[in-house]
Amino acid sequence: MAEERRPKQCTVVLPTESMKAMAESIGVGQLQEESCAALSEEVSYRIKEIAQDALKFMHHGKRRKLTTSDIDHALKLKNVEPLYGFQSQEFIPFRFASGGGRELHFYEEKEVDLSDIINTPLPRVPLDVSLKAHWLSIEGVQPAIPENPPPAPKEQQKAESTEPLKVVKPGQEEEGSIQKGQGAISAEAKGKKEGLMRMKPRSTHELSVEQQLYYKEITEACVGSCEAKRAEALQSIATDPGLYQMLPRFSTFISEGVRVNVVQNNLALLIYLMRMVKALMDNPTLYLEKYLHELIPAVVTCIVSKQLCLRPDVDNHWALRDFAARLMAQSCKTFSTTTNNIQSRITKTFTKSWLDEKTQWTTRYGCIAGLSELGPDVIKTLILPRLTVEGARIKAVSEGPVVSNIDKIGADHVQSLLLKHCASVIAKTRPLPDNMEQYRADYGYLGPTLCSHVVKARAQAALQAQQVNRTTLTITQPRPTLTVSQSGIGGSGGSRSPSIIKVPSSLTLMSTRPGTPTQPSPPATKYIVMATSAGASSTQQVLDGSLVITLSSSSGSSVTSTVASATSTLQPLVKLESRAASGLGGSRPLQKYIVVSLPTSASSSLESKSGMLPPSSSSTSPISLEAGMKMDHTGCVPNGTLLPI
Amino acid sequence: MAAVQDGQLNMEVEKDIKTEITNDGSGNINANSSSPGSTSSGGKSKSPAGSGEDQQTLLAVLQFLKRNKLTESVDILRREAGLSADADDSPVSDSAGAGSGGVPNVSADGGDANSLLSRVSIATPFAPPATAPPKVVAASGGEDQPDVNVVLSAYSQQGDPVLYPLYYNGLKKFIESVLDCHRAELSQVFYPLFVHMYLELVYNNHENEAKQFFEKFSGDQECYYEEDLRILSSMSKKEHMKGNETMLDFRTSKFVLRISRDSYQLLKRHLQERQNNQIWNIIQEHLYIDIFDGMPRSKSQIDAMSGSLAGEGKRDANKAKVFYGLLKEPEIEVPLDDEDEEAENEEGKPKKKKPKKDSMGSKSKKQDPNAPQQTRIPLPELKDSDKLDKIMNMKEATKKIRLGPDNLPSICFYSFLNAYQGLTAVDFTDDSSLIAGGFADSTVRVWSVTPKKLRRVKSAADLSNIDKESDDVLERIMDEKTASESKILYGHSGPVYGISFSPDRNYLLSSSEDGTVRLWSLQTFTCLVGYKGHNYPVWDTQFSPYGYYFISGGHDRVARLWATDHYQPLRMFAGHLADITCTLFHPNSNYVATGSADRTIRLWDVLTGNCVRILTGHKGPIHSLAFSPNGKFMASGATDGRVLLWDVGHGLMVGELKGHTDTIYALKFSRDGEILASGSMDNTVKLWDTLKAFDDVELDDFTAATGHIHLPENSQELLLGTYMTKSTPVIHLHFTRRNLLLAAGAYNP
Repeated sequence: MAEERRPKQCTVVLPTESMKAMAESIGVGQLQEESCAALSEEVSYRIKEIAQDALKFMHHGKRRKLTTSDIDHALKLKNVEPLYGFQSQEFIPFRFASGGGRELHFYEEKEVDLSDIINTPLPRVPLDVSLKAHWLSIEGVQPAIPENPPPAPKEQQKAESTEPLKVVKPGQEEEGSIQKGQGAISAEAKGKKEGLMRMKPRSTHELSVEQQLYYKEITEACVGSCEAKRAEALQSIATDPGLYQMLPRFSTFISEGVRVNVVQNNLALLIYLMRMVKALMDNPTLYLEKYLHELIPAVVTCIVSKQLCLRPDVDNHWALRDFAARLMAQSCKTFSTTTNNIQSRITKTFTKSWLDEKTQWTTRYGCIAGLSELGPDVIKTLILPRLTVEGARIKAVSEGPVVSNIDKIGADHVQSLLLKHCASVIAKTRPLPDNMEQYRADYGYLGPTLCSHVVKARAQAALQAQQVNRTTLTITQPRPTLTVSQSGIGGSGGSRSPSIIKVPSSLTLMSTRPGTPTQPSPPATKYIVMATSAGASSTQQVLDGSLVITLSSSSGSSVTSTVASATSTLQPLVKLESRAASGLGGSRPLQKYIVVSLPTSASSSLESKSGMLPPSSSSTSPISLEAGMKMDHTGCVPNGTLLPI
Repeated sequence: MAAVQDGQLNMEVEKDIKTEITNDGSGNINANSSSPGSTSSGGKSKSPAGSGEDQQTLLAVLQFLKRNKLTESVDILRREAGLSADADDSPVSDSAGAGSGGVPNVSADGGDANSLLSRVSIATPFAPPATAPPKVVAASGGEDQPDVNVVLSAYSQQGDPVLYPLYYNGLKKFIESVLDCHRAELSQVFYPLFVHMYLELVYNNHENEAKQFFEKFSGDQECYYEEDLRILSSMSKKEHMKGNETMLDFRTSKFVLRISRDSYQLLKRHLQERQNNQIWNIIQEHLYIDIFDGMPRSKSQIDAMSGSLAGEGKRDANKAKVFYGLLKEPEIEVPLDDEDEEAENEEGKPKKKKPKKDSMGSKSKKQDPNAPQQTRIPLPELKDSDKLDKIMNMKEATKKIRLGPDNLPSICFYSFLNAYQGLTAVDFTDDSSLIAGGFADSTVRVWSVTPKKLRRVKSAADLSNIDKESDDVLERIMDEKTASESKILYGHSGPVYGISFSPDRNYLLSSSEDGTVRLWSLQTFTCLVGYKGHNYPVWDTQFSPYGYYFISGGHDRVARLWATDHYQPLRMFAGHLADITCTLFHPNSNYVATGSADRTIRLWDVLTGNCVRILTGHKGPIHSLAFSPNGKFMASGATDGRVLLWDVGHGLMVGELKGHTDTIYALKFSRDGEILASGSMDNTVKLWDTLKAFDDVELDDFTAATGHIHLPENSQELLLGTYMTKSTPVIHLHFTRRNLLLAAGAYNP
């Protein structure tokens, strides 16, 4: 039994070449082949022996990882002097080289400048061991608190929805695998029995009193008038691990809410509901797939509805459309599969209504926004070919007889939206030169404006790159937070062109803040970036207090380099956040990082096209509003929720 | 025999213990029982006290004993030697005389064993005594090497290496062809046979043949032998065999198989017909076949019991009577507290009676027939503070929650933050007021989990200023200024693997990789004693439930029983074939259980030093043990992720709890024994319904006599709950006196 699981064990022996190499390293020249073979066998045996002993120490140390100290102790058992002073926290990065017919593994040792080490400020003293108590279970029921794992892990929620019969008590899933390992007891009989037991559905549809209270509080706060409360509630939705039981309620709440408020044209409430959707999507412990049938219609409604507010000429319902479009794009990205085809169905819906001649400008705007959020590819294949037609229609409105003010505003918005999205794509794909006439021929009425936009975008990119280089040179002071800036470089370097690797703002960010990252010293222009899921990078952000939406990946690409640098400035922050957030729930105070308001040098020359203003200033605090503006101007994409300090 | 003596007697006591150990070890001679420093001999010269026990060594020891005028020991030893010479196959530990203490039933057992042996014609002509613990060692000079050679030379019998696979294959075919009912039983032979054939090949320098043999047949072996096979596979040269502990285990201890008479006859006939001497020799030399009359066992029955390094325990190894009952609680007047009475006037009183009846009442009135004599081993006298504590305990017990399947305990989890994987051991005091952690950085830390801070006694200079007449002198001696929530104890020079509070909360024990066990005072927070004896890492240590005694066990395979006021062990329990990984006192303090990496659990009699139970069935090193509060049952958890339940009185496995996916590091019964909590490396705490588990077991006479238990198929019905931590392996569990479950572990981000 179990032949396939057991690897061949007796054949593993060090190669004789290693023996030779070692012998040479201590000055023994011609080592005979037989001696090598004998040695290698002996050495392999001893190594195995020591490894087996070291395992004992690992087990007793109650760890899953073997450490170098375990091997030291095993050597000590054998009365062999352990290797003193050799400690490696991580794996040992052996390098491999071959050449001249020889292969060599070696340990790369870097040259270290001692003065660097001396001048580097001491790292923070590691925290002392501390003890913290929490309730793992109260009379048999595990409370859903941050210290405990989510009551139903995402996989289980998924299993529950896809294979309801297979659901078992948490922690029991692995039973099957042990069985195989044991190979002892008749597994079949057992399986049958369990199968019978599992028939009983166990998903409860009743909420406990606490949960009902929570639900009430949260929903009230989310649509209430107090912005601070709303922020808290959204934060709770986005991070709390125990919400899955309430998910159906939230989903219905949102979908019903949208239905009612669209009819009543209550823009503010629609915005709040969309923010709830966003928060739900941000929660890593929730398995939303089951509720997409309610959420997606709601979101799409907010994108394409003819009227979303009472005074379409004054209120900024465009921002809501943009935000919802981004939500849609995000859910396409996360949830679209070959079976549900969300993305293609959504694309079809948008295209269909866009192509309809009778479609209103508002809906038209929504369709275009929804499509363009889906990425440059969609823009290229679906939007660019229709620029001419669309241009003609805009021309008809703006240059023809004045039909209505609303139509005019709509056409303006559609125009700027098209310019924003298309310019970036064209700047990337269309070869130089940018000829005004050529553009007119290709894109019709919008051609000339588009051309100037593309030129601007290109110039901006070049300027940005230049600036980057310049500022990098000026900032060379030793960095107090070495790791932070490093991770920033790493983060940007991976995806961006090398010229943007050294981002001025990232260094500015660090150098203006000499203290440790946990000590906020807040002047008015500083904002704490709270953690959101890092996975949602570069799509959309919710600035607290107002629905301020910054450039998304596609919109930002009209100013490629700006956005690139901006994202990269923020990447270190994102990394840090995710690290901090992965700490044991609320056991430690959430580490907070401060973003100094981002450099405006680049922004002055950049004409912001996003045109998103806080929709209802009545409900926003001034500081966050300012934050919104700033972020907007710089075209930066902060990857998190900004909270005023 | 009095374990606790003082002054001059000490020396003699020491001797006695030594000889006892010698005897228990079934004829193994500890020639070095001479000086008090002899503890080192138990240490670690890894050579086995060889085979055959050459008369010379025996004589030398006898002479030595005579010289030291230890006539009693001489007599015992003579008797032993004579017996083993006569029987020609010295029976196992039980038949060994039990020192001066003398257990009444020993002779009966011995007789039993002998009769059994005589019935079993297997007893080999020139076999060395079986199950010789390789540890207790003749340390006299250059004896080591010869010993190893003696051991190895048994492999020198030559066969044609090419034929080995044929032999093995032939047997395999035969066993596959026999009736189903016999096949499972006979299949047990495969593994030991395979091992010994492989070792023979290796010993005779047929390296390639050995490799081929291994590759061809290693896949056939049961998966739970994988670990051993891995060690075996690395051994491909004769030189490797020297000094390899596992190999010595195979060689020095006979692999024990239980086979029904019918199956055995079948095998014997086959081998004799085929003239298959090679295999027959191995079976005779290296295997101990325990034949029983009756139905052959089924595959699942065999699988439940096998898995240990040296086969199952022999049936007669588990015959000795174990007094598993609890000791009578001293009569303490519980002063009825006024507040209590007022608070729970209606409820309080009847409740107070009830638990007393259930848990202690029966014993306090009349002696439990299964309980040992109150004075079987000397126990420390109760101090006033102990009595106070007992009263507190009883009061708390009245507020205890009755647990059951419908009434699960609450679990409070203590996470060690920032421990950086360095937490290696945890213990709670019985009253749950203190928690101690042992760390890989050699420190021991003590926390107070109540608002009461930890205070140390003032320094001598300050103490002299205190008014000794004052009423609150006990308060005044404490240093309020340095009071803190936690204290750190420095002293070890290696990771601390075991930790245990004394029942009176005045002391703390810690055992470490540096080979010492340290006793710390929780009054002064200083180290009081370093007990040296183990020369190798000490994996676990545990205080007796009555204090004063403690047990330690470690890499040197010897468990030692100590008293806090002796710097040398009172008993050494030798017999395990691999590291002792965990140790535990029986609630009545008369027995000690040890779990080992040889995948067996042994129960030792503190009084006689005998091994009274060998429990096999685990498939991996055992890392946790727990006795039920009534002392009748035991639970054990191992790296294989299974919890096994044992009936201590009968020496039988009574249950198997499957569900964990990783090593079980913590086990604990609730205060009334209704619920077993298990904590594992897989970040879960599981609760099991033990009441049901123990009820389900039907113990008729047959099963009790043969030990062939049918385990209930589905342990999932016993699982009451699974509680996952975020990312914290559970390494300790503790039920407070009110049945609140405390768990502890280091958060591991």
